[in-house]
Amino acid sequence: MNAFKPKHQRLVLVSLALIAIIAAGLLAAWALRTQADYFYLPNEMVEEPPEVGRAVRLGGMVAKGSVQTMADGVTVAFMVTDQTEVRMPVRYSGILPDLFVEGSGVVAEGSLGADGVFVADNLLAKHDENYVPRELQEMDQHRAAKMAEETTVGLE
Amino acid sequence: MSAELGLAALWMAAALAFLQLAGGALAQRDAEAPLAALVRPAAMLQGLLALFSFAMLLWVFATTDLSVKLVASNSHSMKPMIFKLSGAWGNHEGSMLLWVTVMALAGALIGWLEKRLPEKTMQATLAAQGFVAIGFYAFLLLSSNPFERLPMPVAEGNGLNPLLQDIGLAFHPPTLYMGYVGLSVAFSFAVGALLTRQVTPEFARVMRPWVLGAWVFLTLGITAGSYWAYYELGWGGWWFWDPVENASLMPWLAATALLHSASVLAARDALRAWTIMLGVVAFSMSMVGTFLVRSGILTSVHAFAVDPERGTFILALLAVYIGGALLLFALRAGSVSEGRRFAAMSREGALVFNNVMLSAILGIVLLGTLYPLLTEAFGVRVSVGPPYFNPVGAIFTIPMLLVMTIGPLLRWREDNAERVRVPVAITTALIVTTALFVMLAAGNISLLPLLGLAIAVGLAVASLMPLRGRNLLRTPLSTWGMVVAHFGIAVSLLGMASESAFTEERLVAVAPGDTTEVADWQIELEGIDPVAGPNWTAMEARLLARRGGGEPHELRPEARSFWAPVQQTTESALLTRWDGQLYAVIGDQAPDGRWQLRLWWKPLVTLIWLGGLLIALGGVLSIIGRLASDIRRRSADRREADEHDDLAQIRGGRSGPAGELV
Amino acid sequence: MRWTLWAPLLLFAFFLGLAGYQLSQPKEQFIHSTMIGKPLPAFNLEPASSTRPGVSLADFKDGKPKLLNIWASWCLPCIAEAPQLEALKEAGVEIIGVAIRDRPEDVDRFLEMHGNPYTRIGADDISAIQLEIGSSGVPETFVIDGQGIIRHQHIGDVRAGDVPELLARLQEAAQ
Repeated sequence: MNAFKPKHQRLVLVSLALIAIIAAGLLAAWALRTQADYFYLPNEMVEEPPEVGRAVRLGGMVAKGSVQTMADGVTVAFMVTDQTEVRMPVRYSGILPDLFVEGSGVVAEGSLGADGVFVADNLLAKHDENYVPRELQEMDQHRAAKMAEETTVGLE
Repeated sequence: MSAELGLAALWMAAALAFLQLAGGALAQRDAEAPLAALVRPAAMLQGLLALFSFAMLLWVFATTDLSVKLVASNSHSMKPMIFKLSGAWGNHEGSMLLWVTVMALAGALIGWLEKRLPEKTMQATLAAQGFVAIGFYAFLLLSSNPFERLPMPVAEGNGLNPLLQDIGLAFHPPTLYMGYVGLSVAFSFAVGALLTRQVTPEFARVMRPWVLGAWVFLTLGITAGSYWAYYELGWGGWWFWDPVENASLMPWLAATALLHSASVLAARDALRAWTIMLGVVAFSMSMVGTFLVRSGILTSVHAFAVDPERGTFILALLAVYIGGALLLFALRAGSVSEGRRFAAMSREGALVFNNVMLSAILGIVLLGTLYPLLTEAFGVRVSVGPPYFNPVGAIFTIPMLLVMTIGPLLRWREDNAERVRVPVAITTALIVTTALFVMLAAGNISLLPLLGLAIAVGLAVASLMPLRGRNLLRTPLSTWGMVVAHFGIAVSLLGMASESAFTEERLVAVAPGDTTEVADWQIELEGIDPVAGPNWTAMEARLLARRGGGEPHELRPEARSFWAPVQQTTESALLTRWDGQLYAVIGDQAPDGRWQLRLWWKPLVTLIWLGGLLIALGGVLSIIGRLASDIRRRSADRREADEHDDLAQIRGGRSGPAGELV
Repeated sequence: MRWTLWAPLLLFAFFLGLAGYQLSQPKEQFIHSTMIGKPLPAFNLEPASSTRPGVSLADFKDGKPKLLNIWASWCLPCIAEAPQLEALKEAGVEIIGVAIRDRPEDVDRFLEMHGNPYTRIGADDISAIQLEIGSSGVPETFVIDGQGIIRHQHIGDVRAGDVPELLARLQEAAQ
C-alpha cells in the first residue's frame, strides 16, 4: 500500500480515531443501559421486580428475628425491610460482614432467583458514620478497606 | 515547633512556585528578562522546601506529637514505627502533602537535569509546572492544612485503621503517587511545547524517559494495589472495577498510549498533535481521579466523610488546569505543522491502532466510572461492575493484543505483508491450537477466558520474536525493554484468564478434625486457637493442606478483632505453589459449633502480578537504554562539533557554529 | 478538521457541568432516626465506668425529661462537645451517657480529662442500643421525656449554639 499524502493521511487518521471512539461510546452507552446494576429498595423490588438473574442491588434493614443459618452452616436466610411493611427474602452463602446484625442496614449485591428469593453474592453492611473523624470506625471490612485506599491513594 | 517549620516551608515553596510561573512567563516575551534566570533555581529550591515540609510531617508522626490534629486523629503512640510513618500519608491532608512534594520534586529534577530542549521551551514547561503546583499548594494551605494544631493536646491518638497496618500498603500510596504526579511532567512538557510551538522529535525524546519513569511507578502501584486487595479483602478477587481502582487504571492507559505515540514522534516525526493531547490527558486523568474519589460524588455505597468544600476546590483546580490546557490545545494544535506520512502497514500504523484502541478502552472505563454520576442526576441509582467492564473492554482489548503480536516486527514507514508472513502464521497457529486444546481439555469454558488463554500463549511467543536473529548481547536495552514489557502483558493475561477459567471455590462449615476438599487438595481443620497480637486478638485456624496424599502444608487464616479502633478483619492465608495458589479464609462460628471456611484453588493466579512486575521491568530497561543511547549520541555530536571547530580554526582562524560550515 | 481540536474541551466542559451539578446537590448526610415519638426499647446496660452506675429503661421513666448522650472515648467530636454537656448539666439537665464500643479504663481517663456531666453511663459494646434507637453515629444526643418516649434527636457534636435548642426541647418534653 502506498503512503498517503499527509493531508489525506491526517484525515484518515482522525476519521479512524473518531469512528473507533464513537463506536466505543455507543457500545458503552448500550452496555451501560443493559449491564448497570440498579439499586432497589424492598418495596420497589416487590412492586416492580427486576428480571430473574439480572445483577441488581437491594438495600434496606435486616428485619429483626429473621436471620436463620441453614443446615450447611454457611448459608444464611434473612428478610430485608424498609419503612413500609414489605419484607424481601434474601439468601446468602458466605462469610458475613462484621457489622451484619439484625436491625442494621445492609446492601446486598446479587440477583432475584426464580423462586422469588433474592440471592446475594455479596453483602455490604451499611453503617454511616459521616461525622465521626475516625470514619473507619465500625465500618464493614470492604468499605473500610476501600476507604483506606481512598484516603491514602487519593486518586484514586 | 517542627509543625510550624513544616508549614513555613510550605508557604515558601508556594511563593517560589509563583516566582517560577512569573519568571517562565516573562521569559516567553523577553529571554533576557531578569526573572528568567531564576526559573530553574526556583524549581529546585521549591522541591527542597516541599521535601523538608514532608520530612517535618514524618517527624511529628514519628514522635507522635499529639498536639497536631492530624497525628491525634490518625496515629497512636503504641503503633510500630513503620506504621507511625505510613500514617503520615494514610489520610487526606498527609496524602495531599505527599502529592505536592512529589510534584515539586519532579519539577526540581527537570529544572536541574533537563538541558536538551531550547531554554525557552524549558522555561515555559517549568512555568506550567509551577502554575499547576500553585493550585495544589493553595488547596493544601487553605483547606487541608496537615500541620494544624489542636487547642490542647489529647492524651492518646485515635489509632489507625488496622487494614492500613500492612507493610505492603505502607509503600503502596507513595508508589502510586509518584506515578500519578510524575505524569504532571508530561502535562507541563506538553503545555510548554504548545506555548513555544516546539513539537519536535527532540521534544518526544526528552519527554519519554520522564513519562516512562512515572509509568513504571504507576504499573508497580497498580500491581501492588491489586495484590493487596486480593489477599487483604479476603474475597478472592484481584480487581473489582471500583472507582478507586479505575482512577488508577485510567492514567495508566493514557500514559501507555502516550509512550507509544511519543515513540512514533521521536522516531518518525508524526502524530505531533496527538502526542501533545495524550500528554495533557494522562495527567488530567490523574486529577479527575483524585476529584472523583476526594469529592465523594461517586460514593453512593462507599459513603465516607466528605467535605463538599474540598470537592468544589478540586473541581475548580480541574477547570483551570485541564480546561486551560485543552483550550490551549484547541487554539494552538492546528498550527502545529503536519507530521511525516506513513503507510497503514507499518510500525506507525500498528502504533496508531494501539493508540486508538487504548483511547477507546480509556473512554469505556471513564464512561463506566461516570455513569452512576449521570444517572444520579436523573434520580436513578446504579452501580457499574464487571458485567459491563469485562465484555465491553474486551471488544477493544482483543484486537489490540492481536495487533500487538505483529506490530513490533513491522518496519517504520512502510512494510510488506509478505515479510512477516511466517511470524503471523506461527502466532495464529499457536492461538488456534491453544484455543482448541483448552476447549477439548477443559470442556465447558466461557468465551473471554478462552480467548484470553489462547491470545496469552500466542502473544508470549510473538513478543519474543523481535529478538529473533539478533545478537542478544548487542540488542539495544530499549528493545529488550519493549520485549520484556510485552511478554509481561502476555504473562499477566495468562494469569487473569487462568484464574477466571479454572478457579475452584469451596464454602463449607467444618468442625475441628474434619477434612474438606477443593480441586485436588484435601484440607483438614486441625483446630482453632485464640492468638493475641499487639493491638488485636484473633481466632486462628490451623489448616493442613495435602495434595493427593502428599506432604502436608500448614495454613493459618485468622479472624482478627482489633481494639484500637474496634474493628474486625479477616486475614486470609495463602499457600503458593508453582502452578497456583490455595487461598483460605475463616469466617464465623455457626450456631452448631462448626466454623465457616472459604477455600479457593486459583491456578496460575500469581502470574497476574508477576506479569505486572515484568511490565515495570521492561519500563526500567527502556529508561536505561534510552538515557544511555542519548548520552552516547550527544557525546558523539559534541565530538563532531569539536572537530568542526578545529577544522574551522585551521581553515579560517574563525570559530563559529558547526552548522555554518557544513 | 479544525473543529475536532475542540472536541476534548467540549467533553471536558460536559464533565465539569455534570460534576458541578452533582456537587451543588445537597447530599443527605445524616440518617434520622425513625424512632422519634416512640418509646425507648427495654434494655439494661452494665456500667461503663467505675464512677457511675449502669443504665436501664427504668431510669428514664421517673417523670423527668433527660438527655441521652451516645458517645465514646475514642471520638474526637465527643471531646469538642464536653464543655456544652457541662453547661447543660450546670443548667440542671440530667444527662445519661451510653459509651459505644469502649473500655472502662479509656472511659475513666476521658472523664477525668474532659469532665463528667453524666449521672449514669452504660456500656454498649456491640452498638445494640445505639442501633435500636436509630442512632447511626457517635456522638448523638436524644431528648427523652419522663415516660421514656424519644422526642428529639441531635446528630453530631453539641455545639454552643445548640444548647438553647436542646433546653427548649427539654422544656417542651416536660409539658
